[in-house]
Amino acid sequence: MSVGADEARARFLEVRDVRKAYGAIKAVDGVSFDVARGEIVGVIGPNGSGKTTLFNSILGQITPSSGSVEFCGEDITGLSPLDLARRGIGRTFQSLQVFVKLSVRDNLIAAAQEFQGTMRSRLLAPPDAGLGARADAMIDLFRLGHVAGRPAGSLSYGQQKLIDIAMAFMPTPRLVLLDEPCAGVNPGLVEELRELLVTLNKTQGGSFVVIEHNMDFIMKLCPHVICMVEGKVLTEGPPRTVQSNPRVLEAYLGN
Amino acid sequence: MSVVADDVALARTRRPLLRTANIAIAIVVVAFALLPLLLKSYGTYLCTLFCVTLMATYGLNLTVGYAGQMSLGQAAFYGIGAYIAAIALKAGISFYLVLPVAAIVCFVVGLLIGFPALRVQHHYLAFATLGFNILVYLVMRNEEKITGGTYGISGVPRPTLFGLSLDGVLAFFWFTLAATLILIALLGWLLRSPWGRAFAALRDNPIRAESLGINITVYTLLAFAIGAACAGIAGVFFAALVQFVEPAPFHFAASLMMLLAIIVGGSGRFFGPVIGTVVIVLLPEWLRFMQNWYLAIFGFAVVALMIWLPGGVLSIPERFALGKVRR
Repeated sequence: MSVGADEARARFLEVRDVRKAYGAIKAVDGVSFDVARGEIVGVIGPNGSGKTTLFNSILGQITPSSGSVEFCGEDITGLSPLDLARRGIGRTFQSLQVFVKLSVRDNLIAAAQEFQGTMRSRLLAPPDAGLGARADAMIDLFRLGHVAGRPAGSLSYGQQKLIDIAMAFMPTPRLVLLDEPCAGVNPGLVEELRELLVTLNKTQGGSFVVIEHNMDFIMKLCPHVICMVEGKVLTEGPPRTVQSNPRVLEAYLGN
Repeated sequence: MSVVADDVALARTRRPLLRTANIAIAIVVVAFALLPLLLKSYGTYLCTLFCVTLMATYGLNLTVGYAGQMSLGQAAFYGIGAYIAAIALKAGISFYLVLPVAAIVCFVVGLLIGFPALRVQHHYLAFATLGFNILVYLVMRNEEKITGGTYGISGVPRPTLFGLSLDGVLAFFWFTLAATLILIALLGWLLRSPWGRAFAALRDNPIRAESLGINITVYTLLAFAIGAACAGIAGVFFAALVQFVEPAPFHFAASLMMLLAIIVGGSGRFFGPVIGTVVIVLLPEWLRFMQNWYLAIFGFAVVALMIWLPGGVLSIPERFALGKVRR
């Protein structure tokens, strides 16, 4: 049984030799990595190193030119974002992506309601789709109680960023890809955000892949870090090893 | 703010306000129901036409205001409903059979019209739906054998209710008003259900919606289909009201007016279509004394409204009372 469990652990998310070319430009040039169940993996790299393109290739926003992505033993390469969401793969976006006219609470309910029941049962369900308590718990966790009834679009950038992240966790995803969660977030909130992600990792048990430029954040949050440069994996390993690698420093400072 | 957002805000902090609002709505409805007792038959006809148009604009508000799908084809569905009713009612088929049939036909055609929306958005979609409206209009005008062409179909009979005649203007007004209230209540229930939230999510951010498991294909098609079905129902009542159906009321200009009603009232606000439909159905009658100046004044009023109140008439409380709600 323990062998089976180990195998399942190794075969949670497998990214194999993914490539994405736009004409002669190789945005992602043969990237492979694994993520274990419950693991938090950081992805760093200078601007234009292909991190977001890699994310979009995994998440079905774009179809990779070649390579494969396997999730829990299933080939999910090129599946639509909707199919991936249904398999328990969530994401956050680099730019703000909330439902601006809906209240904060409705944003959170909207994020999870389609994962339960059928179209018909949702039509007949109560307005909060039975998710009110879960939404309120998430609101408390993210300390958004004082703005819960306000339209998300009327809030500050940092608050919308928190909503965006809270939304990704509402359906209790098995894997979440976070694209620069700290971008545009004030330093005080960054530390709070890191604690939130650690809490969610413990309580929900999902795996995270985090793209981030904030080195301090990623080094503290992620036991395993991948550094990408020019579409390729330059090195990967524990944060300290990656950070002290002279080629990583060169990649960041060189251009 | 959508009805869903309203719902949460109201439920949490302003329950007494909700009760006051419900009482106010009940008073307005009763007053409107009794209004024709003071009016001549033309006034009663206008009140009935208001109700009929309201069914179509409420449907369009779901498509455009809640689900964010641009449509300049609502009058086509209105027309399809009216012609189905005119032909079927003259053939002696029961009104109560014609009504669901027209709704289902428009629902299906609406689903088909939703397909372009899966590929194009905004003004491109406006033109796709406009093209559909023109096509339907040409069929109504040119297929004389079926539609009577420009001569139309006259002598459409009115229904009866439990054996009671609805031929009288007052009786038919109350009948139509009751149907309108039922339709609005059904839409209110639909928009408060999780479907309403999914429609709003589709409108606000389809990419994000999809990544959260919201099937944007299904909801886009449903937004068109449900909106179209409402227009189809409105068309059946229109045919029975006017008792004469010809292509003119279903010209794409009518679709433009319905879209105007949505925007004037406040797109995506539950009671927006009421204000908007007053503007497109009743205001022209009140401005009649201006004769040739009427259209110029009407046009100026609309331009002024768009500049100062882009959120529609129902955005006034938010703009002036809250002040800080901005997007």
